This record gives sequence, structure tokens and C-alpha cells, in this order.
Amino acid sequence: MVPVSYYLILSAILFSIGVGAFLIKRNIITIFMSIELMLNAVNLSFVAFANYWNQINHQFSGQIFVFFVMVVAAAEAAVGLAIIIALFRTRKTLNVDQVDLMKL
Amino acid sequence: MTVSFVLLALLTLSAAVAAMSMPRLIHCALALAVAFTGLGGIFLNLGAEFVGLAQLLVYVGAVAILIVFAILLTRGSEVSMRPGARSAISGTVIALAVFAVLAHAVLTSGVSRMATTAVTPSNRVQEIGVTLLQQYVLPLEVIALLLTAALIGAVILAWREKSPAAQEGAETR
Repeated sequence: MVPVSYYLILSAILFSIGVGAFLIKRNIITIFMSIELMLNAVNLSFVAFANYWNQINHQFSGQIFVFFVMVVAAAEAAVGLAIIIALFRTRKTLNVDQVDLMKL
Repeated sequence: MTVSFVLLALLTLSAAVAAMSMPRLIHCALALAVAFTGLGGIFLNLGAEFVGLAQLLVYVGAVAILIVFAILLTRGSEVSMRPGARSAISGTVIALAVFAVLAHAVLTSGVSRMATTAVTPSNRVQEIGVTLLQQYVLPLEVIALLLTAALIGAVILAWREKSPAAQEGAETR
């Protein structure tokens, strides 16, 4: 059987890829996709822990938590993409370096 | 199970790297859909049928399509400008530092010695439904409200504002 730590390391790698792309990329849509990737990486560790916890006392709260994370991620996706479309309509650009109105 | 884990992990990792590094946005979105599918397979591998299928439905079916639609609606916005060298270096360093911290935490904890168990067929989906509607019924209602509010807000945000001429026409009518 595969140790739990393999899944957790895979989750850590995916999360780090997301963090790196979030910081390096300049396009809002790519940044948005890296956020989704990070959320999925966290979901993976929740499911791995749910499996681990299930052996001990037959609990599966991890899976229920993943369900809630998914709903929040779906809400975030809808609002985020609506903001991106509205931004593109007014600014004609999606480069984060040119959308710095709230920067000090 | 080990072979399937390795295959799914490789698929997910390569798709994630492709999604974050391809030059064309639409290719990034499609690679991201592949990564979501691989993660759904890993969830099924871990015995989480409900979450794995929800992953396929919500992420591959809805979020990826939503991203593709957003890309198509913002055509001509391809930011092909290369990131500055400083930004790329500092981003990579921060990502590596995050990975080092996470890997250290995982490898030094007692969890790393535990093995996952084989999947046994069970009526786990039914148990999840019962738990959601008994123990977690208040969070469920709250999150339903949140989702409704977010979707209405998204529609209002993305609503095309009427041009002044059209608005005057509506007023005089």
C-alpha cells in the first residue's frame, strides 16, 4: 500500500507549483488557475487524511470538509471570473501590472 | 494500487506543470482540466467515491469550462510579456521554500509511516449524506446561501452595463 506521506508530498508539490505560478505569472486568468490548483492540492491532503483517519475510528470528516471547500471554490470561481470579465471590459487588459489602482 | 498511484501522480504533476507554463492560455486551461481529472482519479484511488465524482463534475465539468469561457470572452488579452527576471527568481525561491517547509513537516511527523488502506466497497455516499444533513446541517445551509449570493453577485458583476444612449431611450419610452 502507498504510504500517506506520498500523497501529502504530491499535494505539497502541487501546492508549490501553484504558489510559484501565482507569484511569477502576470496574467490574471493564469493566476486564477494557480489558485484553483492550490485549492485542489489542499483537497488532496484532506482526502489522504480522511483515508488515514478512516482506519483508526471510521471517521470521514475529511471528505465532508472537501465538499465544503469545493462549494467555496465554485463560488470563488464564479465571482472571480465575473470580475475578470468586468475588468477586461473596462480596462482592455488582463496584465496585473497595469491593474494597480489599489496599490499604494 | 501502487502502479495506479504512480501513473496518476505523474499525469497530475505533468498536467499541472504544463498548465502553469504553457504560453497559450487556452492550452493552460485544457492542461488544468487534465490535472483536475488526474486528481479525481487519485481521490477514487483513496476510496473517496463521493469526492472523486464531485471533483469530476464540479472541476472538470464546471470550473474548467468556466475558465475556458472567460478566456474566450477576453480574447486579445494574451499577456505574452515575459515576467521580469527578479520576479521569476523570487517566485521560484518562495515556491521552493514553501515546498521545503511542507515536505519537512510531512516527513518528520508520525503520519509518514502510516499506509493507506485498500478500498472496500461500502455505502459511504449514504453515510456522507446522512452526516451532512444531521451533524453538518447548519454549515450546509450557510454554504447554500453563500453559493446563491455568489452566483447572483457574479451575474450582476458580469452584466453588460447599458450604454448611455440605450438608457436614455429606455427612459423616454
